[in-house]
Amino acid sequence: MTNDVRAEWPLYEVFVRGKRGLNHVHVGSLHAADDDMALRHAHDVYTRRNEGVSIWVVQSHLIAASSPDEKDPMFGPSNDKVYRHPTFYEIPDNVPHM
Amino acid sequence: MRDYYRPIGQLFARDLPEDHMSVTTTELEAGFDATVHRGDRIEPRDWMPDGYRRTLVRQIAQHAHSEIIGMQPEGGWITRAPSLRRKAILLAKVQDEAGHGLYLYSACETLGVSRGELTDNLIEGRQKYSSIFNYPTLSYADVGTIGWLVDGAAICNQVPLCRTSYGPYGRAMIRICKEESFHQRQGYELLMTMMRGTDEQRAMVQESVDRFWWPALMMFGPPDDESPNSAQSMAWGIKRNGNDELRQRFVDMSVPQAAALGVTLPDPELRWNPERGAHDFGEPDWTEFMAVVRGNGPCNAQRIAHRRRAHEAGAWVREAATAYAASLASADLGVPAPTSADASQRETGVRA
Repeated sequence: MTNDVRAEWPLYEVFVRGKRGLNHVHVGSLHAADDDMALRHAHDVYTRRNEGVSIWVVQSHLIAASSPDEKDPMFGPSNDKVYRHPTFYEIPDNVPHM
Repeated sequence: MRDYYRPIGQLFARDLPEDHMSVTTTELEAGFDATVHRGDRIEPRDWMPDGYRRTLVRQIAQHAHSEIIGMQPEGGWITRAPSLRRKAILLAKVQDEAGHGLYLYSACETLGVSRGELTDNLIEGRQKYSSIFNYPTLSYADVGTIGWLVDGAAICNQVPLCRTSYGPYGRAMIRICKEESFHQRQGYELLMTMMRGTDEQRAMVQESVDRFWWPALMMFGPPDDESPNSAQSMAWGIKRNGNDELRQRFVDMSVPQAAALGVTLPDPELRWNPERGAHDFGEPDWTEFMAVVRGNGPCNAQRIAHRRRAHEAGAWVREAATAYAASLASADLGVPAPTSADASQRETGVRA
C-alpha cells in the first residue's frame, strides 16, 4: 500500500468570475500542494470551456462559515424587520415611478 | 456574533456539535424529511441519516470511479486516432472524463470521506464502477459507439440527477451534463462519417453497435423489482426515476438515431408498440451483467491494474510537489532578522 504518500494535498475552494462585471462565484473544490498548483488545477478542472476570466483559490480551512444549525439566531432577525422591504410601504397607485 | 461562526473544516465532520445532542434524532429526521419533501437540497453540514450518507458515498464514489476508469477504453485510441482533428477531439473528451471524476470526488468528500480513501477503495476493489467500462474497445468505431450509446445512456441517467436531493452531487451533475452533450455528438458524428465511407467502415460501425447495445442497456441497472436500493434512494430524493423507466427512455431515443445512422440494433424483439406509445424490447442478459459486476467481465482486472499502476507511478510526483510546497512555506515563514529601526519602533511603542 501507498499509505506513506497518503498525506493529502490541502483542499482548496475555487471561485470563478464568469465574465467582467460579475462576481466570483464558488464552483467547487480541488486538492493541490500549493497555491500555484491550485490555480493551475482550477484552470484545468473548472474552466475548460471559457467558463471564466478570473479564478480565486483559497484553502478551505481558511474560510469561516456560518453553521446551518444556527440558522435561526443568524438569519431569523431579518424576518422580524419587514420594514426593510419596499413592499412594507403602502403607496397610492396614482403616484408614478415608485 | 463570533459564536455564530464555525470553521469550514467542520463542514466535513460527521459528528454533530455537542450542543445539539439535546435535539432528538426523531426531530432531526423530521427536519431532514421535510427538507427533502419540499424539494429543497440537503447541504454538507446539514444533519442527515447515516443510511442517506452511506448511500450517497457509495453512489457518488461509484460514479466518480466510473469517470476515471472510463478514460481507459477510449484513451487507448488517442495515439491511433486517424487524424489530428480526431485526436484533438478524443484528447478533449478523455480530459473531460478526468474532470468529471474530480467534480464527483469533490462532492463525495463533502460527506466526510477523503480522496485517498476513495482511490484506495477503487484500486482495492472495495467500491465498484460502471460495468460498461469492463468491455474492450476493439475497433476505432468503438470510440464513436461509446460516445453515441454509452454517453447517451449516461446522459439519460444523469439529467434527472441534476435535481438530486444532495446539493453538491446535483451541482456536479449539472456541470457534467453540459459537457456530456459534446461527448455524445462527437461520437455520433464520428459514426456518421464512417457510414459515409467504405463498406468495410460501415461493417465496423455495425459490428461495434452490435457489441455495445446490450451493455449500454445494462448501464441503467437491474430491473426495478430486483434493484435492492432503488426504492429507498427514490424516497430520499437521491434518484428521481426508476431504472426501467430510464432504460425505456433510452431505447425510444436511440431507435430513430440508429435509423438515421443506417445501423440496426441487435434485438429481434425491438418494435414500436402503438398501444404503449413506446418500443418493446428484449431483456438484457442479467446473468452476464451480474458476472461483470462481480469482477468477471472481459477487462475488470486490466482496468484496475492500470489504475493502480498509474496511481503508484505518480507517487513520486505527489511527494515532490508536497516537498516543494513545504519548502516554499518554510521560506515564507523565515522571519528576517530585526533591523535597528524595528527595535527602536518597538521600544517607542510606535507599532503597538
